[in-house]
Amino acid sequence: MLELPFHVVRRTAPSLAARAAAPLLAGVAMALTLLACFAALRLPPLQSLYTIFIEPLASAYGIGEWLLKSTPLMLCALGLALGFRANVWNIGAEGQLTMGAIAGGGVALYMAPLLGPWGMPAMLLAGMLGGMLWAAIPALLRTRFHTSEILTSLMLVYVAQLLLAWLMHGRWQDPAGFNFPQSRAFDDALILPLLADGQRATIALYGALGLAVIAWIFIRRSLAGYAMLVAGMAPAAARYAGFAENRSIWWGMLISGATAGLAGIAEVAGPIGRLQTSISPGYGFAAIIVAFVGRLHPVGVVFAALLMSLLYLGGEAAQLTLGLPAAVTGVFQGLLLFYLLAADHFTGLRIVRRPARGLA
Amino acid sequence: MNIDYPIALCTATVIAATPLVFAALGELIAERAGVLNLGVEGMMLAGALAAFAASVTSGSLLLGFIAAALAGCVLSLLFGLLTLRLGTNQVATGLALTLFGSGLSACLGRSYASLPGNALPPLHLPLLSDIPVLGPLLFRYDAAVYVALLLVALVSWTLFRTRLGLVLRAVGESPRIADALGHPVNALRWGAVACGGMLAGIGGAYLSTAVTPMWAEGISAGRGWIALALVVFAIWKPWRVLFGAWLFGGMTVLQLHAQALGIAVPGEFLSMLPYLATILVLVLICRDPRLLRLNQPASLGRVFQRER
Amino acid sequence: MTATPPSTTSNPAAARLKLAGISRRYGDIQANADIDLAIMPGEIHALLGENGSGKSTLSRIICGITRPDAGSIEWNGAAVSFAHAAAARELGIGMVFQHFALFESLTVAENIALALPRAAAGELAARIAGVSRRYGLPLDPRQQVASLSAGERQRVEIVRCLLGEPRLLVLDEPTSVLSPAAIEALFTTLRQLAAEGVSILFISHKLDEVRALCDRATVLRAGRVTGEADPKSTTSAALLRLMLGEDPAPCLLTAREPGATRLELRGFSLAADDPFGTSLQDIDLQLRAGEILGLAGISGNGQRELVAALSGERRGGGGSLSIDGAPCAQLPVAARRALGFALVPEERLGRGAVPAMSLADNALLTGARHGLARAGFIDGVAMRARARDIIERWGVRGGGPNALASQLSGGNLQKFIVGREVGLAPRVLVVSQPTWGVDAGAAQQIRQRLIDLRDAGCAILVISEDLDELFQVSDRIAVINRGRISIAQSAATTSLQQLGQLMSAGAFAHA
Repeated sequence: MLELPFHVVRRTAPSLAARAAAPLLAGVAMALTLLACFAALRLPPLQSLYTIFIEPLASAYGIGEWLLKSTPLMLCALGLALGFRANVWNIGAEGQLTMGAIAGGGVALYMAPLLGPWGMPAMLLAGMLGGMLWAAIPALLRTRFHTSEILTSLMLVYVAQLLLAWLMHGRWQDPAGFNFPQSRAFDDALILPLLADGQRATIALYGALGLAVIAWIFIRRSLAGYAMLVAGMAPAAARYAGFAENRSIWWGMLISGATAGLAGIAEVAGPIGRLQTSISPGYGFAAIIVAFVGRLHPVGVVFAALLMSLLYLGGEAAQLTLGLPAAVTGVFQGLLLFYLLAADHFTGLRIVRRPARGLA
Repeated sequence: MNIDYPIALCTATVIAATPLVFAALGELIAERAGVLNLGVEGMMLAGALAAFAASVTSGSLLLGFIAAALAGCVLSLLFGLLTLRLGTNQVATGLALTLFGSGLSACLGRSYASLPGNALPPLHLPLLSDIPVLGPLLFRYDAAVYVALLLVALVSWTLFRTRLGLVLRAVGESPRIADALGHPVNALRWGAVACGGMLAGIGGAYLSTAVTPMWAEGISAGRGWIALALVVFAIWKPWRVLFGAWLFGGMTVLQLHAQALGIAVPGEFLSMLPYLATILVLVLICRDPRLLRLNQPASLGRVFQRER
Repeated sequence: MTATPPSTTSNPAAARLKLAGISRRYGDIQANADIDLAIMPGEIHALLGENGSGKSTLSRIICGITRPDAGSIEWNGAAVSFAHAAAARELGIGMVFQHFALFESLTVAENIALALPRAAAGELAARIAGVSRRYGLPLDPRQQVASLSAGERQRVEIVRCLLGEPRLLVLDEPTSVLSPAAIEALFTTLRQLAAEGVSILFISHKLDEVRALCDRATVLRAGRVTGEADPKSTTSAALLRLMLGEDPAPCLLTAREPGATRLELRGFSLAADDPFGTSLQDIDLQLRAGEILGLAGISGNGQRELVAALSGERRGGGGSLSIDGAPCAQLPVAARRALGFALVPEERLGRGAVPAMSLADNALLTGARHGLARAGFIDGVAMRARARDIIERWGVRGGGPNALASQLSGGNLQKFIVGREVGLAPRVLVVSQPTWGVDAGAAQQIRQRLIDLRDAGCAILVISEDLDELFQVSDRIAVINRGRISIAQSAATTSLQQLGQLMSAGAFAHA
């Protein structure tokens, strides 16, 4: 067998640079793949890339759309990242987002008039509680019955969406809405203020950025964050140290449920302005990728959400200008995660020279 | 009520269960080798589209099923490349595969969405199919239903009665020891993952050629995830996969026929049934950790890389 | 790459196996350096060395599991190189592993079939029966491995090897899990095999056994060969010097009157939570301030369950368990630690320390209520200072507070963990396998520090498979066997034979 003068070994501790390099490498691979795809589709590669990723940002409105789509991704992914660090695999953020929208929307539609100035906080709180409650189910099943939260949280996505559909076709349907499956519009007082005129992004973005700071403090400085990290990296060490395993499952699920619920109510009380059957183009699922691309770190998540949002915009642009189907966004997302995972492997390696062969 | 109606319910159950049998059986093989592939949903969708497209284009359903098996296989090999070769996290990679498969099938399948499809014809077995009651109940399915049954028997026999099955189970319990004994751990895992992909693809094919002979974006509607749950429900035993699939098939049929059966519950709630049932069934199985410990492949989901 | 076929005409004068210049590195650790070794046909050859001297790596190289970075291997005079474990086995090299390489969920027959080329089931059963009879190794092929005792498991491994008709049998620390009677039976089998011409490589750190069994010994220290000797004619002192380098100072254990009872179990029972585990039955145990109680026993007899029950990693159980008189069977880990309980677990990486975290972060693992966190927030400065303090006091080599736990060698990590727990000034300390895989110098340091802690008034329970170690550090010694614990005896008046009997007895008659 051919012996190369060097061989590849796994780094014992991936350097910070290597951890940051992986998403960049994945981004480059992603861009190259897109260029190749465009070429195969007989579209001018570089120009197409420009059309779908740069042009949408050329206007203030475009920037607003970019930030608008980043917000729910950021909110969901910040919570998910905390859970993933603790090996808590909540993949049902989409369902928790839906329940957040339902709970918050319910308050907005039927209780807010009674609450006066407290209507908006009550609505947002209800949104968070709705997401939390939905996430509490898998947490309970995992801690009480050892049931994998992966499958249960996912199944609950379908249940939440069906529940929303039922409400939109029945009880909560707008009687003056020509039988569209949607509620009446929320009162103006309950719609989140815009960041600036002439675009649609709301102040929920500030909320997401503020949460990122809190999350950063939580994981860097709090004992609870440390305990969750230990539970994720070495469950036996967590038990040994007395960090209750169940506690980190509950924390992981409830926090991610709350942020997803907040994302849900921020969507319906923001750009949508009412409840309707479809409120999210899969933000809850895309947030899983955002969390990974952001290295499960709050600062990384903020940047990854901006990148993922660009993919959504790119998907829309590809649909409008290049005639590609909308689902192309899903392909982008899957590919990005593949590339990231592979890039992680390669940046975790280093090349060493083989020691000189002895006898033989 | 006339006897034909319950018979129709039963046969509809078996048909609804068949894609789950294929997909869950494939995942069972992969998991027995210690590989957790959460990409079943994505592979089923790829298979469903491949089968529909190939059969519509060529007019041959057999070609459709072959294309579906290939499509599922290719996706599973992508998964293998990442998890087995590069040692990536199996949970994250599986999720990526599902997103990728769903997106890709939706993307490529756009032009097929409105086309009429070819439906898998039921077999007519001389004499057997004409027996009253038993004939329609047992002998009038399409060929894939019987293939699924045979596969359950075949996988069960292979796992528990052959050397290949023994080695596969050993790899799933401890790849380290199997490697030390000289068994080709990674080759077996690749093979198991590929089998899983092919069967998930075929399960998808059955969806788009028999259950509902058409193509629609997201046609699998979570069946890939239900198949994953079925493997746990079956505590990694092939025959239990079959019964579990019938249970879920029955749930789907119940939902479609609820009106006729006089059940006055909104449609949305009936549609929740399979998902709620999945959760319930998982809880029932998982509440006894000893049962899992005794049956679950001990290395499930763990990365194994050979020391050199 | 394939195994070169052995020369068909084996030269009777040639060594069965000859290694020259074998080297292997793991990261920064040179596990094997330029090792030469020759084993003749029919010879029982000892590979002697302390824990961590590179014996296991060398045995894995011989069996084709690990590839050397450099060096050559000759089999019956012909050069070979192994691509795979199967290649070594085809040549006739069989291995009995230190920690059993058996599949728990499979039966004995299935485990054996997995190690052999294809064989019909009926034929295999007959062959198993044949080998069992011939070498006095009784087995039930239909039993599930999970239900077997350690001795039975080793029999499965040996029969599995023998069915492959090996010409060289490698045994890695085969006696560490055996009772004295089972060791004698094993030696009889090995001598019979050698008489039939099979070469045996007996890997051990136990001098008595090597002297009783082996014809020749190669001694390793820190990955290098330090000498070759005839163990029967060389003095123990000379062999020890080869193994250890300079003589380490023996521990100083002065008799001392123990104080009040700190840890007490009365009629304590706890069912195993794992189908492959051992249930604790009716345990009475008293641990007093200022004494070290040694707990001997073959691994897998309930040590793991006992430690988890004491620490609170498993709660509940029948009977009573109290620390300083406060009942605590239902208390969680944190509450027991608040009472002054500390633990050095058997598994260092993944339980005693988080592999991918720095030493500073690992100091926080059990230090949160000892000044490293306030009001739920971490004090990073104090954490690093604590880690630096442990590193300096215990001479932990391999990096400062920022080094990852996984980067340290086993011995240095153990010093860090013991140092961390001792630094908490516990009232009750449980230490499981304190010196497993630790080099001789560090082992002696750890033992002496435990004795110092006892002199300072701590109540210490040391659980170990190494009887010599227990005799060195213990005031009293008890034995755990099948989930029951014998009445503790004064170490000064207990003999090795007595312990051996207790360890291998079917069950204790409870007095």
